[in-house]
Amino acid sequence: MSLPRPPKKNPILRTRAPTTPPGGRSRVALGLTTAAALGRLELQVCRDCGTVQYPPREACHACLSERLRWTVQDGAGELIADTVLTHSNDLYFRERLPWRLGMVRLDAGTSVVAHVHGDVGDAPARIRVGARLDRAGQAVLVAFPEQETKDMADDRQLREMTCDPKYRKVLVTDGKTPTGQAVVRALVDAGADLVWVGHAEPWKQYAGFDAIAGLPAVTPVPLDLTDSRAVSSLAAQIGGKVDIVVNTAEHHRTFGIGDRRGLDAARAEMDINYFGLLRLAQDFGPALKARAADGDSGACAWVNVLSVYALANFPAHGTFSASKAAAYSLAQCLRAEMRASGVRVVNVFPGPVDDEWNQLVPPPKLAPSALAAAIVKALRDGVEDVFPGEVAQDWLARWRDDPKALERELSL
Amino acid sequence: MSQDTLAAFANALATGSIRVVDLTQTLSPAFPQITLPPEFGQCWPFRIEEVSHYDERGPGWYWNNFSCGEHTGTHFDAPIHWVSGRHLPNNAVDTIPVEHFIGPACVIDCSKEAAADADFLLTVSFVEAWEARHGRIPPRAWVLMRTDWSKRTDPVAYQNFDATGQHTPGPDADVVRFLVEQRDVIGFGTEAIGTDAGQGYHLRPPYPCHSIMHGAGRYGLQCLANLDQLPPTGAVIFAAPLKIEQGSGSPLRVLAMVSER
Repeated sequence: MSLPRPPKKNPILRTRAPTTPPGGRSRVALGLTTAAALGRLELQVCRDCGTVQYPPREACHACLSERLRWTVQDGAGELIADTVLTHSNDLYFRERLPWRLGMVRLDAGTSVVAHVHGDVGDAPARIRVGARLDRAGQAVLVAFPEQETKDMADDRQLREMTCDPKYRKVLVTDGKTPTGQAVVRALVDAGADLVWVGHAEPWKQYAGFDAIAGLPAVTPVPLDLTDSRAVSSLAAQIGGKVDIVVNTAEHHRTFGIGDRRGLDAARAEMDINYFGLLRLAQDFGPALKARAADGDSGACAWVNVLSVYALANFPAHGTFSASKAAAYSLAQCLRAEMRASGVRVVNVFPGPVDDEWNQLVPPPKLAPSALAAAIVKALRDGVEDVFPGEVAQDWLARWRDDPKALERELSL
Repeated sequence: MSQDTLAAFANALATGSIRVVDLTQTLSPAFPQITLPPEFGQCWPFRIEEVSHYDERGPGWYWNNFSCGEHTGTHFDAPIHWVSGRHLPNNAVDTIPVEHFIGPACVIDCSKEAAADADFLLTVSFVEAWEARHGRIPPRAWVLMRTDWSKRTDPVAYQNFDATGQHTPGPDADVVRFLVEQRDVIGFGTEAIGTDAGQGYHLRPPYPCHSIMHGAGRYGLQCLANLDQLPPTGAVIFAAPLKIEQGSGSPLRVLAMVSER
């Protein structure tokens, strides 16, 4: 069912404080979360007897083998029973009742308890189970209609687990770059209520900025992440309204250690890519956390455009890689600090983007529009970590397989 | 004699018969900095970070750390700033004789011309016409080019970039040579972001004010303000840069003393 535009906030009423669903998980159960953070449903499969099992355990419940491997599932199955919860002693669920739950028999052979999407018919019904992160940042299972339905993302329960930009107010920190402009357009197309777009050094005119600044949903705001006072001042003006921050601001130069004397380029990279994130998080974080349960379109997400070079240093862009590794580390801190409120921190790790500073990097390069589309998709799917494009996927696979081998390969 | 002069000076300040005019822009993160093509090293803009504000970081006191380049805000250019002045003696802000920091100023009003043409260039004939009205520029004087550019409080208008670069007024090459060789000036000051015109790179030599002034051991002042409050002649300028070891320049407070007639 399509979500109507949420009414304006009643300023007489207290803003509901954020609560989160039960977040405790065993270490083995975090395997489900690890996959869900990337947007995948994975279950343990026994390498000895082939049993697919749920919930996660230390050993195979059929043959007691410990040789279990997390394996991607298609989630096809049948809703065999469903119910609507009208009472709960859990603080999070009691504020969100009624809540639909069901029992699913997966075709893979195991049964799971899942949150049931509103467009799924009464049991028995064919469904598709997907993994999502809930507001506690932990994996839960959702039973979706077998076929995509109209406005499927608008489901009230599903929106609790995603960060759909529809009807939300978004700050994009730098609209002067091709990536920033593509992100603004993608957010407007996704139905964002309002997009504030930051621009530093107003005397520098870049192609395309005026075009996005003129879109009806877009409001340009002066913002330079190197200027603490400017960041604080903007937070004072709009911080209480921002539902999603997308930090696209980036300084990128193409130097290692030996091919640029001095610190100026490296310092500028750190100042925007690392300290800029810190300034932004200190000033915009508190209000975002406080508004994490503010109605149907409350504050919900913080997106960092990092780089796959954050995982392993790309020596040709060595100081840039180091600044992105620092930003990645800080983003993990931000995620930890945001977790209690339920605001999701989404880290995006693109490979080389097809822009000015990757001029000498051979293709394939990620189009800014593809990066923007990946960001919007990540918000809609509620994932935490995104590696858009072939290069990022390739690096991720090599890094997961053997970080040391990747380091050596990159030094050639 | 000198004691009498200084006593009279102090008395004139106290009684207001000498007026002190601040020729300095406020150091603010919003004030634009000189902009070079991105592949070059860049001058830092002014930035400020709070250390404490009567809070848990320092309960009884407020203070900040700031950072900037030597050429941020209203600033002084020393001869060592330019390659043409790199081998001169006493060419850095810490070694320039301190008496050079106080001197008379001639203010040449180009405000009408700059309003009509952002690329206005000061010429020898313009200076000679000014001298015909106000007298010959004395030796060791500052020549300050008034353009009212400092009244452009919008950074976009102040920088005035288009696709062909910056458009701000400045001197042409001949007048710089004339001021150094024929008038023995101590330096040249402007209200825009550089002592050279925005399009000064296309003059011969490129950036003539930097090249010729600093090559001759003379100084520069830029991002000046309130030049409209100075008389054409008679003001005395106090412009002492920070004593930075081997510094090429420095932000500074520039004060003018003006007799009230």
